Amino acid sequence: MSSMIDIYRASAQRKQRGLLAYIALIAVLVYVAATTTFDGYVTNILMQAVTYAVAVMGLTVVLGLCGQINLAQAAFFGLGAYAVGLGTVDYGLSYWICMGLGLIVVFAFGAFLGTSTIRLGGHYLAMVTISFQQILTLVMINWIPVTHGPDGVSRILKPNLFNTPQSYLAFCVVVLAVVGYLVWQLPSTKLGRAMRAVRDNELAAGVTGIDIQRTKVTAFAICALLGGLGGGLFAGGFSYVSPDQFSFAESIVFLTMVLLGGVASPIGAVIGTGLLILIPEWLRFLKSIPGLYLAIYGLAVILIVLFMPDGIWGFVVQQFKKLRGSLRLSAELPELTLVQTQAHADDVLVVNNLAKHFGGLKAVDDISFVVKRGSVHALIGPNGSGKTTTLNVLSGLYTPTAGAVQLDGQDITHFAPHERTASGLGRTFQNIRLFRSMTALENVIIGVERPGNPVDHAPIALEGRARSALNFVGLGDRADELVTSFSYGHQRLIEIARAVAGNPTLLLLDEPAAGLNSTEKMELRDLLKRIAAKGLTILIIDHDMTLVSEVAEHITVLNFGRRIADGDAVSVLNHPDVVTAYLGSDANAAH
Amino acid sequence: MDMVFQLLFQGIGIGSVYALVALGFVLIFRATNVVNFAQGEFSMVAAFLMVIFSVDLEWPYWISFLLSLGGMAIYGALFNLGVYFPLRHRTYLPVIISTIGASILVSNSTLALYGPQPQVLQPLLDFPGFNIGTVYLDAQYLLIIGLTVVLVAFQYWFFEHTLLGKKLQATSQDKEMASLLGIPVATMIMLTFVYSAMIGGLAGILVAPILFVSIHMGGTIALKAFAATIIGGFGDVAGAIIGGLALGVIETFGAAYVSVPYKDGFAFLVLVAFLVFRPQGIFGERVAEKA
Repeated sequence: MSSMIDIYRASAQRKQRGLLAYIALIAVLVYVAATTTFDGYVTNILMQAVTYAVAVMGLTVVLGLCGQINLAQAAFFGLGAYAVGLGTVDYGLSYWICMGLGLIVVFAFGAFLGTSTIRLGGHYLAMVTISFQQILTLVMINWIPVTHGPDGVSRILKPNLFNTPQSYLAFCVVVLAVVGYLVWQLPSTKLGRAMRAVRDNELAAGVTGIDIQRTKVTAFAICALLGGLGGGLFAGGFSYVSPDQFSFAESIVFLTMVLLGGVASPIGAVIGTGLLILIPEWLRFLKSIPGLYLAIYGLAVILIVLFMPDGIWGFVVQQFKKLRGSLRLSAELPELTLVQTQAHADDVLVVNNLAKHFGGLKAVDDISFVVKRGSVHALIGPNGSGKTTTLNVLSGLYTPTAGAVQLDGQDITHFAPHERTASGLGRTFQNIRLFRSMTALENVIIGVERPGNPVDHAPIALEGRARSALNFVGLGDRADELVTSFSYGHQRLIEIARAVAGNPTLLLLDEPAAGLNSTEKMELRDLLKRIAAKGLTILIIDHDMTLVSEVAEHITVLNFGRRIADGDAVSVLNHPDVVTAYLGSDANAAH
Repeated sequence: MDMVFQLLFQGIGIGSVYALVALGFVLIFRATNVVNFAQGEFSMVAAFLMVIFSVDLEWPYWISFLLSLGGMAIYGALFNLGVYFPLRHRTYLPVIISTIGASILVSNSTLALYGPQPQVLQPLLDFPGFNIGTVYLDAQYLLIIGLTVVLVAFQYWFFEHTLLGKKLQATSQDKEMASLLGIPVATMIMLTFVYSAMIGGLAGILVAPILFVSIHMGGTIALKAFAATIIGGFGDVAGAIIGGLALGVIETFGAAYVSVPYKDGFAFLVLVAFLVFRPQGIFGERVAEKA
């Protein structure tokens, strides 16, 4: 047994060694690029591969990490290239200033397209990026006074510092190496985890406190930025740019590159780019028939999506994982502590005259109840009584028709789901919503990263707390396994750990007993009692009367969208209206 | 004023073509929840089939026309089997990418076979057109508008008053429930693709004598049809038709009064304007909120 800090230190050392090896490899590549005199043809191919790879890594971020599509990467690439080309040739500006301006323009376009489109969903983004690509091509060809039209821009200058093809190539390799390193690190940062969470399950991402819209737009803007960077490098390297180099077909080439190599990793981007630049050079004869070449790309895209969805690198990684098996760490972890924010009032949740109507249907009609600090409160009712609607209104998935919701003295009625989470609401789902491509640990870390969680957000503290939370639900020794390898009951426990790790003010549990067998139900009951013992306020919604009567101190009963009883557990369960609602009245029994 | 009527006539004519392709878009979207990015190639392939039958083989025009539509039915079925069906249980992203791949594959195979030279197709009718006052009504445009009206009427009747139409509607609304009721969902989706390919193909054949037959016609038409569906309200059949007509008119006026080289850009400007200010389109409900 070792302490958490030791394990963390060991993994940090491993990472540091990895980084050193990486720097050494890049140094060798830079040395080779800077000192070897290739002939012009080879230099051009290498230059193209390196600059394209930078742009393709943008797609790794947006498509691989965040699950959003961008079919205008060639347009962003072209914007960067034209910024450097026109700036240095027509306006006599320095290369670096042009590059900087180009990146600003590209970032602005990326952010604009992202914010205007992303909230509408993937299909729109695909079509809008194609449209943007087409408009930009039209502008490049037709706005002759500024862009030089179809002739393009020639005699583009390299920066003074890297004036020879070799030194410039070496410079590009360094840029690629830095970009590659950042993209490689991104998935294990807070932003990267948010992107993966959004890709895996948007709804769950929202209720764990992630701003979905902002995460997607950020991913898209980063992608555009890398496209522009690659384009700027490209312009300096080739000294000539023209509109046909940045057409829609090139966007498809970029897409094919990232898909072929593997969308999940910058290594995939490099593999895909390298292959798709080299293979066509070997198969030059294909270019003699116009169209054949792109037709093969189109076919390749379909075949990759059908048969190799993770690309070449994804395939390699999977073989490795099979060989290596799973790695286990055991450490002495501190007991999970729940930090409560300064108590404002005795009432944690106040629901006032809440109503939700769907057209004429009053799913929830004028409901009021109060959840006291430190209590376990249950909301029950037969099917169709409005429980789930109430829960969806409370967590912000539906906007209420009327009424107000207060959490810890703050009016949250009109908050978006992630804003409610930030103000202290944690929840689980009846049908489990975990981020399926991540490990149990990573899922819980996202919970710890809840905005407003009053704990240390340093990486080691995040991981330690997440491991403690998994220990608390009894899954500490399996923290590094993918969530998909857990049983249904255990997945529910991970979901609870994710919510609890965020130190919510109020924990909402949506039918936690649904789908569990009797042993699992007893474990769940004990877990809930242990959570309650730590002073966390819980609102539980369930059908399981045994569970509810065992854990809840206070019960609110709904039927047909209205509150029919509210009070301490024993008196509510004996209330005649409640008995009628669940068992039917004598009058009904007579039929 | 006559100029305005003349442009309006042409705009509605070209808009009818967009409307037909948009209709095919919407039908596939409703049945599969997937946007088919190779929709424009339905029009292109049909136009090339027409060139093969009527120009290369010199078969009679009407026989070529029917054979081309038949060919599109087969093409739609193959498209479904190769591009959509194997991916039907995956998320929308792989399917989008696969349809984009199909679009690139089909248009560039055509380029490899036929070369970049645009092909010329004769109008369906020998009769050129006539004047009403100073407004010239071209027969091909009249034919397009007429056939669009007939087809829309037919489709309304088909979906609302036939059992097969009801089954298709049930499939598009709830696949699981439809299959529990004994509706063969896979066959219904297949039929949707076949029908969609045929109306897209019809649009392609009708517009070919006006635009020339080239491998680029598919991409241009598809983007405009998509813009039309957003203008009308995504997934809405009436919206697709109104949106298509509106776009045709806007584009024709834009080309006449603003700029010819940017003619194809107007559609995208209108599209972006709608996305920013009214993303639900003219008829649609709010798209962003889905719990």
